[in-house]
Amino acid sequence: MSAQSERQNTVEHHDTDDHDDAGAHHGSFKDYLIGFFLSAVLTAIPFWIVIYDVFRNPMVGAVVILIFAFVQIVVHMVYFLHLNSKSEGGWTVLALIFTSILVVITLAGSLWVMSHLDANMMPMSPAHMRSMP
Amino acid sequence: MFSDPDVQQFIFGRLTWEAIPYHDPILLMTFVAVALGGIALLGAVTYFGKWGYLWNEWFTSVDHKKIGIMYGILAIVMLLRGFADAIMMLTQKAIAFGPNEGYLPPHHFDQVFTAHGVIMIFFFAMPLVTAVMNFVMPLQIGARDVAFPFLNNFSFWMTAGGAAITMLSLFVGEFARTGWLAYPPLSGAAYSPGVGVDYYIWGLQVAGVGTTLSGINLIATIVKMRAPGMTMMKLPVFTWTTLCTNILIVAAFPVLTATLTLLTLDRYVGTHFFTNDLGGNPMMYINLIWIWGHPEVYILILPAFGIFSEVVSTFCGKRLFGYASMVYATVVITILSYLVWLHHFFTMGSGASVNAFFGITTMIISIPTGAKIFNWLFTMYRGRIRYEVPMLWTIGFMVTFVIGGMTGVLLAVPPADFVLHNGLFLIAHFHNVIIGGVVFGLMAGINYWWPKAFGYKLDHFWGATSFWFWLTGFYFTFMPMYVLGLMGVTRRLNHFDDPSLQIWFMISTFGACLIALGIATFIIQMVVSFMRRHELRDVTGDPWQGRTLEWSTSSPPPDYNFAFTPVIHDLDAWWDMKRRGHSRPTEGYRPIHMPKNTSTGIFLSGLSTVLAFALIWYIWWLAAASFIGLLVVAIAHTFNYKRDFYIPAEEVMRSENRRNQALAAE
Repeated sequence: MSAQSERQNTVEHHDTDDHDDAGAHHGSFKDYLIGFFLSAVLTAIPFWIVIYDVFRNPMVGAVVILIFAFVQIVVHMVYFLHLNSKSEGGWTVLALIFTSILVVITLAGSLWVMSHLDANMMPMSPAHMRSMP
Repeated sequence: MFSDPDVQQFIFGRLTWEAIPYHDPILLMTFVAVALGGIALLGAVTYFGKWGYLWNEWFTSVDHKKIGIMYGILAIVMLLRGFADAIMMLTQKAIAFGPNEGYLPPHHFDQVFTAHGVIMIFFFAMPLVTAVMNFVMPLQIGARDVAFPFLNNFSFWMTAGGAAITMLSLFVGEFARTGWLAYPPLSGAAYSPGVGVDYYIWGLQVAGVGTTLSGINLIATIVKMRAPGMTMMKLPVFTWTTLCTNILIVAAFPVLTATLTLLTLDRYVGTHFFTNDLGGNPMMYINLIWIWGHPEVYILILPAFGIFSEVVSTFCGKRLFGYASMVYATVVITILSYLVWLHHFFTMGSGASVNAFFGITTMIISIPTGAKIFNWLFTMYRGRIRYEVPMLWTIGFMVTFVIGGMTGVLLAVPPADFVLHNGLFLIAHFHNVIIGGVVFGLMAGINYWWPKAFGYKLDHFWGATSFWFWLTGFYFTFMPMYVLGLMGVTRRLNHFDDPSLQIWFMISTFGACLIALGIATFIIQMVVSFMRRHELRDVTGDPWQGRTLEWSTSSPPPDYNFAFTPVIHDLDAWWDMKRRGHSRPTEGYRPIHMPKNTSTGIFLSGLSTVLAFALIWYIWWLAAASFIGLLVVAIAHTFNYKRDFYIPAEEVMRSENRRNQALAAE
């Protein structure tokens, strides 16, 4: 698979006649079954956490569910979108890394910027005024 | 018209006769001129019986070369509109002092500067950049078309649809009075209840679909369709910058789409994302729009950098100095362009740590840009420089852009920005980099690749004249603005009290007249060159002793670009082929598989434009009908199985033999 995808990145794919030899890994029945099983389990566990109030503390529960959600995303990408470092000669993984960097920059940056936006406000109350440097 | 107001409102929404500005003499005259020009154009097409030709050979074409040329025509038409706005603004500023109110009332002036910004960025610079990328890039990588030819045609028509919506606002209703980024709360329903902001939103959304799809298309083309042997580090620099620009487009434009969608929800269904009250925060809009907006300026400038790289190495007869560093600089700029957006709103209230971080990242981005300038200088060093018109633009760019870059670094210092923010210094700075960088680059590109597109060179005299008018006009227009900005004059004012400022505005307006001559001579250049096309004919396909693959095929290239797919052994592939004694094959032609023309793109775009118009005027039945129409046309297109055909080997042979005979006669 990998040899083929590398080769067609350079030679094969140029010819407009070839449409079907996309370099993506198409996955086997077993892969889909594993993916289905994992995502079903990863969905069931959060439901179980919520229904039986496993952690008592809703904050802990929310964080654990977010972690499961993240694992779920990875499972989908690997088993259903067939993402691995070999497919398309590494382009898909490169695109994923680039996208992740941008999403992190955008989200973290926006939160940081927006949380900062009253730093240079004029004091709005006497109490506020007293706490000014 | 209708006795029952409910019926009228159902049929026409909020569209009434009041929306037609027949009481405004400026707009009335413009309308008459546009109408007469339009009738003359349509009449001429009908008289010469060219409708079938236009429809079959151009409008429905999926050929990347023809789509590129259509993008170029759209951009130049929109340049005239955007420039008319500019000269109206500057004339107003030059005369509106003290008791003189000028000729543009504030509400009209506000629409003019908004339209100027929107049109110049979205409907002049973007289409022209896309035009050059679309035309040149597939030829440079030895491909026969882009990866998704139908999508390319559709993208073009969506861009044209967005432009049509924006232009329509001139004669039906009004345009936004908010500035080119339509900041809320001013652009919210409370302060802009009219249709202006809705025209802005839907114009950009329709065009944005085209831009995003074209970005995906060109990335896929570069990743999947390079000629055999062309590894990433053998890509021509222009193709590299095209790749990075389109990655930026695909990553940034969804942010614009989402931000405008939130604003739309605020305006149409009463949500509170960006309102002052009920938990809304207008500052979030400014944050989001600049997360798109800063990458946008690199979307525009990177292809210009690519054009300069091609032009410099061709006209100095040398391999580009520091190819690898050029590639790395481009990639670094691509990433860094996402880390600087806050420098557009240093004054919005962030503390010192945020402002310092974004100030420093902004200064860092000038390092790879500076590296590029040195690469071009070192390419010229000891080169055999030919001062053809593209090279003139390149040298004009290097001088002008460095000034703009340095004022940019000044603005990147947060304390300085607090003094200069939203002043004319900023206006001078970004026109300095956009005109000095993007426009000069595109003019260099047009002059450089024109022979490839049309088979004859552009006239040198008129080209040089146009360049000198643009260059001097630029300095006369924007240097006074730096001065005014340092004196504290802010942007978007239509009247001044201090008479000592007037002289600077008059110099500035004089400069704009020089730029007008620059545009006029550019158009004369194209007309004169067309009339003298037999003298200026380029038979060889390689008029400049080029280095990259596009010069290896004929000018204009055949529909299939290359009869045989070239095999690449070196950077500057065509130079390498010439050096090793390339000879054109005369036999062994095979049938060539090509995509078929389709009219679906033009119908989808037309329906989208109608949908946008209906949404702007609250004509709900029309919105529903055109939306259903969109779905029907899109689904019907999936049943069209006749999408490709073969150019028979005999036809390829005939057209290649014609070329061989022409070359032999030379």
